[in-house]
Amino acid sequence: MTSSELQSLYQEIILDHQKHPHGFGLVEGAAASSHQLNPTCGDEITLELHVDAGTDVVSAVHWTGHGCAISQASASLFTEMADGHTLAELDERIASFREVMRSRGTIEADEDLLGDAAVLSGVSKYIARVKCAMLAWVAAEHAIAQVRAA
Amino acid sequence: MRPPGSAERRRVSLRNVVPTPELVPAAFTAADLSAIRAEFPILAERVNGHPLVYLDSGATSQKPRAVLDAERDYNEHHNSAVHRGAHTLAALATEQFENARATVARFVGAGENEIVWTSNATEGINLVAYALGNASLGRGAPASDRFRLGPGDELVVTELEHHANLIPWQELAARTGATLRFIPVDDAGELRMSEAAAIIGPRTRVVAFAHVSNVLGTISPVAELVALARAAGALVVLDACQSVPHLAVDVKALDVDFAVFSGHKMLGPTGVGVLYGRAELLDALPPFLTGGSMITTVTMERAEYLPAPQRFEAGTQRVSQAIALAAAVDYLTAVGMDRIERHETELGARLVAGLEAMPGIRLLGPTAGRIGLASVDVDGVHSHDVGQFLDDRGIAVRVGHHCAQPLHRRLGVTSSTRASTYLYSTTDEVDEFLAGLAEVRTFFGVDQ
Repeated sequence: MTSSELQSLYQEIILDHQKHPHGFGLVEGAAASSHQLNPTCGDEITLELHVDAGTDVVSAVHWTGHGCAISQASASLFTEMADGHTLAELDERIASFREVMRSRGTIEADEDLLGDAAVLSGVSKYIARVKCAMLAWVAAEHAIAQVRAA
Repeated sequence: MRPPGSAERRRVSLRNVVPTPELVPAAFTAADLSAIRAEFPILAERVNGHPLVYLDSGATSQKPRAVLDAERDYNEHHNSAVHRGAHTLAALATEQFENARATVARFVGAGENEIVWTSNATEGINLVAYALGNASLGRGAPASDRFRLGPGDELVVTELEHHANLIPWQELAARTGATLRFIPVDDAGELRMSEAAAIIGPRTRVVAFAHVSNVLGTISPVAELVALARAAGALVVLDACQSVPHLAVDVKALDVDFAVFSGHKMLGPTGVGVLYGRAELLDALPPFLTGGSMITTVTMERAEYLPAPQRFEAGTQRVSQAIALAAAVDYLTAVGMDRIERHETELGARLVAGLEAMPGIRLLGPTAGRIGLASVDVDGVHSHDVGQFLDDRGIAVRVGHHCAQPLHRRLGVTSSTRASTYLYSTTDEVDEFLAGLAEVRTFFGVDQ
């Protein structure tokens, strides 16, 4: 009864990340923090970047919030992907992810660049859900801008 | 015209309804319902490979051919500027526009001069709030002196309001120094009427509340709230968005001062709504929007205003939409609001019975006294994911907070999944929704 499109939107790995999120819970000492809200559904996220002193390498991402499976899994997948990357590398990955999300299913994510977060490619066919997937990534973008401004 | 008090009797009868379809003849036969559905072209659509199951009429309803044709016919044959111009089309357009007003007035038991066209119900509430605010600044004095608000005055709403019947009052309170208070709901989602008597008192100037909750589908105790407001000398503003489309409503029988509703929730087009106001109140209030078509004499310094309803209809009006809304009202009247109400009560009872029996599903609000609308929290699954799962089967429901964040917060959830019916909804559709919902938790792996 359930279509293959829906199965591909909610892949096992996505539901796993939702149930066992990576980096959930804020930790003291963040370099920057961003709170994002999707007012249409009430989904919320607070995402914090931890940066190695004297460098622009992200040592950890922590976040908290609530929302749908897509927004929660996306935050978890971003967190897993981001560790150890420089701010510039994250810029590139966020831009790439946004391009995929805006593609209405025409662009498949680059797994080398995005890691497991590439499984979110299926979301781009569901226009109403793109914002859910983007929530954590927009928060990260905002936090990166703050780190640079500091 | 319905006899006074009939709306109140209907409310009571709805509260006492018992779902025993085998004993009570259905409001519509299968043939009736097929004939009705055949009038709504969109119901033949397929979505994601499935026949559309449209259970989102509480957000916006679908339109029968009679409504689509009325708007097209006006645009093809009569389109012209109303209330101005001496040519034939302008006269015909004006006549149709004013006939539409009369049709809507009859539908809710109001006088023609008591119906103001607005863009939607939200604008209707803002119109009242801004007119009261303008009166508080001295505009429209001395006739409007009775409406002046200031520190010490209180506005009362309920905790279950749609944002449209909350934020305009927050803003009015902020502009005038009045205090906004609210009647709380209990854990079950019922208004705490025992507290209402203490909240509505001598300081209360306005009591604004939903006739039917857009989240719970429950019918508010209008008579009790109106009695409290009357005893306090307060104005009553009724948000009738979810009642006028589904129940026979008589604003005089309900004895409210103002009522608002939206065209698109009652088979009409978007872009048109209605404000009912008691004639003597409308004529004493200063305008909200100002400009063309609402004046008598204008100098470079000041203007004199027309009486209601034109006083509140500045600028070019939504003519084709008003005419199409009147066609919707004619359609609803021909089917019969009593039958529509009975049909939807049956569907509502079926929804509630199915939801109550379902593990992992929490029905929001009390079970009795509902229209065909129910919202649920699915344990472990966010409403957006529930909606996505159902959409995959062609089932359209509303997800999110339904513009009622405070109520959701009070009930301990951030969002919910809402199914809402209309006259064209079927028991099969309700059953498909229930069957789909029963599988959601398994799909998302949270049923262990």
